[in-house]
Amino acid sequence: MITALANPHRFLAFARWAMPAATVAAVLLFAIGLPWGLFYAPAERLQGESVRIIYIHVPAAWWALGVYVFMAGACFVGFVWRHAIADVAAKAAAPIGAVYAGLCLATGSLWAEATWERWWVWDARLTSMLILFLTYLGYLALHAAIEDEERAARIAGVFCMAGLINVPIVHFSVDWWTTQHQGASVFRADGPSIDPSMLWPLLVMALAYAAAFAALLMANMQAEIHRRRVEAAAARRLRAA
Amino acid sequence: MSLLGIMGAQFRRDLALVWKSGAAAPLGFFLGAAALTPLAVRPTTFDELDQLAQIGPQLLWIAAALAALLVLERLFQADLEDGSLDQMTLSAAPLEALVAAKAAALWVGVGLPIALAGAPAALALQAPPAAIPAIATGLAVGMAAFIGAGLVGAAAAASVKRGGVLIALLALPFFAPPFIFGAAAARAAVLGDPFGEAFALLCGIALAAAAIGPVAAAAALRLQAE
Repeated sequence: MITALANPHRFLAFARWAMPAATVAAVLLFAIGLPWGLFYAPAERLQGESVRIIYIHVPAAWWALGVYVFMAGACFVGFVWRHAIADVAAKAAAPIGAVYAGLCLATGSLWAEATWERWWVWDARLTSMLILFLTYLGYLALHAAIEDEERAARIAGVFCMAGLINVPIVHFSVDWWTTQHQGASVFRADGPSIDPSMLWPLLVMALAYAAAFAALLMANMQAEIHRRRVEAAAARRLRAA
Repeated sequence: MSLLGIMGAQFRRDLALVWKSGAAAPLGFFLGAAALTPLAVRPTTFDELDQLAQIGPQLLWIAAALAALLVLERLFQADLEDGSLDQMTLSAAPLEALVAAKAAALWVGVGLPIALAGAPAALALQAPPAAIPAIATGLAVGMAAFIGAGLVGAAAAASVKRGGVLIALLALPFFAPPFIFGAAAARAAVLGDPFGEAFALLCGIALAAAAIGPVAAAAALRLQAE
């Protein structure tokens, strides 16, 4: 299936129905997950109502990482086999992943204020997410700074793959540092095991984020392919004239 | 010419260039940044000097990271502009080896002097004299880690005009691990805690950066030269 979709024409034919389908799925899942998490799921014993931000925060964190892995995979395919669609996919995924990471940081900051009365804490996961966010910004800035489209995709792809090695190392470093110097008092490595009444809405929200990513990714890719076609047509007309 | 011969020639050329075109500038920048940071905590009384001692050696690491960014900016740009990079890709030696030789020259020409200058700077930032050898050694290893980790960013942004800010953005995520372990080792040295664990992890990060950095940088540089 992946190789079949490597053809832009076939990809567009696939996305013509898959993009609206993913959009509908995302809207439905958010319509179920958001009210479930924000109103019907139980409040937590220690943190009260503020724990509800978990339904926005945690899926954003999962998919910020997931999108990055997807992006690095696309960069790898684009780098090794020179599939144009893989480059398009990586470029289209980057802003979505950056927004997910930014959403995770913003909600994490709000949550920290509600729980610890501080607008930012340097706990391991929040710090790794900040570094991941910076890596997304670096990828976007690098891609934008190089004019030649194909060269930009490949050079930014090298950076993206190097970042994939870096992110777990950063996570390990910060983990080591918090356990060394702050003690595992406030920032436990694992939260208390989660109750099914909270787990289900969380999983629905995770699916909603995934569907939203799929829909936005395909929309971005469609726009990018059409943009390239328009530019190619304009260049042809210029040559003919 | 053997592989080592070519790498040696590249190393000598880059070291000569570093010395001639001013290894003094990053060194002066490092000392200047290290001299400015204590002003932020107003170290006028002995109490305040003691407070400075709590954070001083870690502040040195900020200055070292900034100095590393400064030298990384021109590392490949100059080669791309004057055509040396094309010669390097045509060389019998793999580009990875030449990049490693360039990085080694940068470490010897800029990294080691900064580590040595770190000794008096750490004293001025109120580190106890007994901790100075550990701090300087940590800085020497840390500069190797910074240079290795920054290679990919420097190579990726080499063709970008005025790419200095971009290189900073690209390199910063890779600076986080050596920064964490290096500053932790410096802090442990000052407090008299065992600093072996943080230092060993810093050495591990430096080795990993020295192994991966040239390969990733060479992949990006080949695309620049195409």
